[in-house]
Amino acid sequence: MDLLFSLVINGLMLGSLYAMVSVGLTLIFGITKVINFAHGEFMMIGMMLTYIITTYLGIHPYLTLVFVVPLLFLLGIVVQKYLIEPLKDSDEHIQIFATVGLSIAMINLVLMLAGSNNFNTPSSGLRETLGLGAATVLTGQVVIMLCSIFMVGGLHLFLTKTQMGRAIRATAQNRNAAQLMGINVSRINMVTFGIGIACVGIAAVLLSPLYPVNAQTGQSFVLIAFVIVVMGGLGSIAGAFYAALIIGLVDAFAGFYLGSSLKDVAVFGIFLLVLIFRPSGLFGNARKLAHVS
Amino acid sequence: MLQLNNVTSGYGATTILHDLSLEVKEGEVVTIVGGNGAGKTTTLRTVSGLIETTSGSITFEGEDITHLPAHQVVDRGITLIPEARQLFSEMSVLENIQMGAYRTAAKSQYNQRLEEVLTLFPRVKERLQQRAESLSGGEQQMVAIARGMMACPKLLMFDEPSLGLAPIVVSQVFEVVKQIAKSGTTVLIVEQNVNQTLKVADRAYVIENGKIVMNGQAQELMGDDHIRKAYLGI
Repeated sequence: MDLLFSLVINGLMLGSLYAMVSVGLTLIFGITKVINFAHGEFMMIGMMLTYIITTYLGIHPYLTLVFVVPLLFLLGIVVQKYLIEPLKDSDEHIQIFATVGLSIAMINLVLMLAGSNNFNTPSSGLRETLGLGAATVLTGQVVIMLCSIFMVGGLHLFLTKTQMGRAIRATAQNRNAAQLMGINVSRINMVTFGIGIACVGIAAVLLSPLYPVNAQTGQSFVLIAFVIVVMGGLGSIAGAFYAALIIGLVDAFAGFYLGSSLKDVAVFGIFLLVLIFRPSGLFGNARKLAHVS
Repeated sequence: MLQLNNVTSGYGATTILHDLSLEVKEGEVVTIVGGNGAGKTTTLRTVSGLIETTSGSITFEGEDITHLPAHQVVDRGITLIPEARQLFSEMSVLENIQMGAYRTAAKSQYNQRLEEVLTLFPRVKERLQQRAESLSGGEQQMVAIARGMMACPKLLMFDEPSLGLAPIVVSQVFEVVKQIAKSGTTVLIVEQNVNQTLKVADRAYVIENGKIVMNGQAQELMGDDHIRKAYLGI
């Protein structure tokens, strides 16, 4: 019983970390219809920034949110405006290739500047363990769990209760009609991309005290994030959140019972089953997928 | 108020409108009638900036709006109620109506305008919290018109508002168009239902193959032999 409880708690901790990484990706896809293959690299840049700022200013890693999140928001806007927007009249796959190119460029830029070294952001006590009943977790993991709930809830409120949020949803549902309401669709795309990247910026800051960062770090997270986005029903924020928790649980249980070398088999096996039996995702529906494509 | 001078436009390499000119004066109800594929919808989409004008010019209240993007055309006071409603299907009816008032000039008049619109459409008032896609076709058309009115436009353009609706709903739609015109909004309406449209319109243009082939007072056109044969089936 204690073991079960401990595995569930650890699965949920890991799942909320995945949720934080995936939320921005699904938001960007749901609204702008761009599959952002550079998502992991934005996170890697965010973690690098967190490391640099924490080390040089000597501040608590969480305080770097003040710098990292606005910077990544701006970076997202710049990328949307100068890379993706100019390609909007070409085929969709051209935009996707552009984000793949961006991903490669970002990795190699970091390799050039910093080599392939690991950088460890000071943990500032966030790696200390906490007892939650029978389970043992890191302080930083609890913070990530709470923040992921706030992030998903906050995005939901933003999208449903504010004028800008409604305009973003309207654009996703009917681009033409949105323009006829006077909505500047290019601006909506820019803001959405910015918000999506800012979300992965928050994830980057919270992850940094727990994980070392190198040029390839983004790659290791983004594959799982894509699995989650698809399982959650492409573009659904709540769907991605629940899918992330499921993947986290599968990861924890498979890691314990099958061993860490086989746990990816379990994760991707479940993903394949979902694709075969619910191709529109666990929380999507066929109609939604149709309007997305 | 609105002038199209020798406008040519279309989709990609396909030209639909050829040197099309027309005018709408303030306070008028003007209609463009014509068959399927004649260019009626393209004309409205060109005015609203959804389609790029390849040559010619469009002016509104003396300002050249030929190459303005669609959202800025709305800001100038031109609203299009598009063909087939194009509601935000997963949003509530109220949210759809709120989106209609997105234009800056409409925000300050939101409450007053909402009351006006809901008085005009009591059915819509009963369904404010429902998802737009759960409504019947006629109700959806009412929401689309209500949404368009929320922008407080100077010129309101209707694209085939009677399309796919039951005859009794069609009469209601035309009744609403009349009331909107009476309240002082200028109206440009495109229809295949020529008979009903000519009854509410002041003036009419007849479009064939992307060109205006005839224009005049709506009353006169109703009596014209060509119109009667080609569009009224008499």
